[in-house]
Amino acid sequence: MSEEQIKNLETQFEARIARDEKIEPKDWMPEKYRKTHIRQMSQHAHSEIVGMLPEGNWITRAPSLRRKVALLAKVQDEAGHGLYLYSACETLGVSREELYEQLHSGKAKYSSIFNYPTVTWADMGAVGWLVDGAAIINQVPLCNTSYGPYARAMVRVCKEESFHQRQGYEIMIKLANGTPEQKELAQDALNRWWWPSLMMLGPTDAESIHTEQSMKWKLKRKSNDDLRQQFIDQTVPQAELIGLTIPDADLKWNEERQSYDFGEINWDEFWQVVKGHGPMNKERMKARVGAWEEGEWVRDAAMAYAEKKQERKQKQAI
Amino acid sequence: MKNENLYKYILGIADNSLILGQRLGELTGHGPSLETDIACTNMSLDLFGQVRSYYQYAAKIAGDNRTEDDIAMLRKEREYVNVLLVEQPNTNFAYTMARQFLFDVYHLLFLQELQKSKDLTLSAIANKSIKEVSYHLRFSSDWIKRLGDGTEVSHQKMQDAIDGLWTYTDELFHQTEADIAMVSEVIGVDVTKLKEAYYNKVNAVLEESTLQIPESKWFQKGGKKGIHTEHLGYLLSDLQYMQRAYPNMEW
Repeated sequence: MSEEQIKNLETQFEARIARDEKIEPKDWMPEKYRKTHIRQMSQHAHSEIVGMLPEGNWITRAPSLRRKVALLAKVQDEAGHGLYLYSACETLGVSREELYEQLHSGKAKYSSIFNYPTVTWADMGAVGWLVDGAAIINQVPLCNTSYGPYARAMVRVCKEESFHQRQGYEIMIKLANGTPEQKELAQDALNRWWWPSLMMLGPTDAESIHTEQSMKWKLKRKSNDDLRQQFIDQTVPQAELIGLTIPDADLKWNEERQSYDFGEINWDEFWQVVKGHGPMNKERMKARVGAWEEGEWVRDAAMAYAEKKQERKQKQAI
Repeated sequence: MKNENLYKYILGIADNSLILGQRLGELTGHGPSLETDIACTNMSLDLFGQVRSYYQYAAKIAGDNRTEDDIAMLRKEREYVNVLLVEQPNTNFAYTMARQFLFDVYHLLFLQELQKSKDLTLSAIANKSIKEVSYHLRFSSDWIKRLGDGTEVSHQKMQDAIDGLWTYTDELFHQTEADIAMVSEVIGVDVTKLKEAYYNKVNAVLEESTLQIPESKWFQKGGKKGIHTEHLGYLLSDLQYMQRAYPNMEW
């Protein structure tokens, strides 16, 4: 294909996106579009899978049967999200095994928030309320993103995330209205998860390297800072409603902006965790790599069995 | 308690699902593939769903203020009456699937009979659970076949798991006093009558999977009387942690 032909295709492609048309797997697309989508969707898939670990940590110790069932269902949903996001990546010609390899080798990233430990039951509330809350803010705009399989996956993901956020907040309501000891658990969890949740919405716009191109492809519709502000404005009243205090001395309603002003985020901590030195980075990867390696003989057996079965079927057909 | 035999009988059924569900729940996020991870979590979820129905009913029969959670999480080691099979640890995926299979075959046969119970609540729970347990059995049987007739390594691991767990199968067919009382009232299932169908089914799947049917005639028992293997205490420490550490609170 000549350079001019490619240029033509690119112009048509950008025009389709501008018209809000969906790009489907078999459509022509620029290589950079394909790569960017693989990167973002796989990062999202990895986050779902690694995200199962901090919550899975409390399944065996959930305080009631009702909570246990809800938590199991939630973590199972996360696995389901991972499954269809990996499948969406496969439509762009990359296998799940390759993506796992990137995760395990540290080449691919996942959401840094999952590198914090879930130390008490109240963390199940805080994670659902704040982490899933921030995730929804990030993800709702993606329901209209340009790549069809991703957009469709996100519609379902967002519906389930919204249920998760409610179940997290409900845990917090119960704790906040419980005994002093329970309320303390809730406040402590909020103290620990608040700042990492704000960081979860990504570096400030000045430092975000992917924003401009992603905006054009509708992979992103609002900047990180706008999303963060939206999250804060939405969450502060929810905390007030149940009598919990946001751990930020500088948090103040700004009448003029009709938004909250907030304190300085510790970006050093953010980069420390992103670069692999958070409290749980090593444990999370050890768990994922361990599950994968220990599962190898199982996957090999399944393949061998499927092949044998196929052979037998062919023999019967002859 | 007016209906003590019925109460004990329900616990005898539900404790199996509770303990097996708890074991499966340990695996969430650590499975050999995403698909098996989802399936094991799902089976755990099904089992806990069943547990809730049984314990809510048991709490109603007890007629005091106890709740499903009191029954699930506030008994002592000796008061749990699950069979020894379900409390065995997740040694590896072969053990997990063998344990599941050896229980599922029994569970389905049991529920098919419980469905005929004169007690309408038990019959309704059985009816609902059969659909779930049929799926569990299909899933675990498939894995017995895949691992048994997969590679040499998987064959050996599955054979070891079957050999290791075989000793716990006979207890499934022991009758407790509550069992005998409930059978006489046409509420309970006579488990002794399930034994033949059980081993027929199990043996057929093992043979198809190229696995040896264990010849050992030595069996363990005790779970139904609350005398457990050493594994149960640790499982209960997790299960009961919150209720013990923060007593008398609502969650």
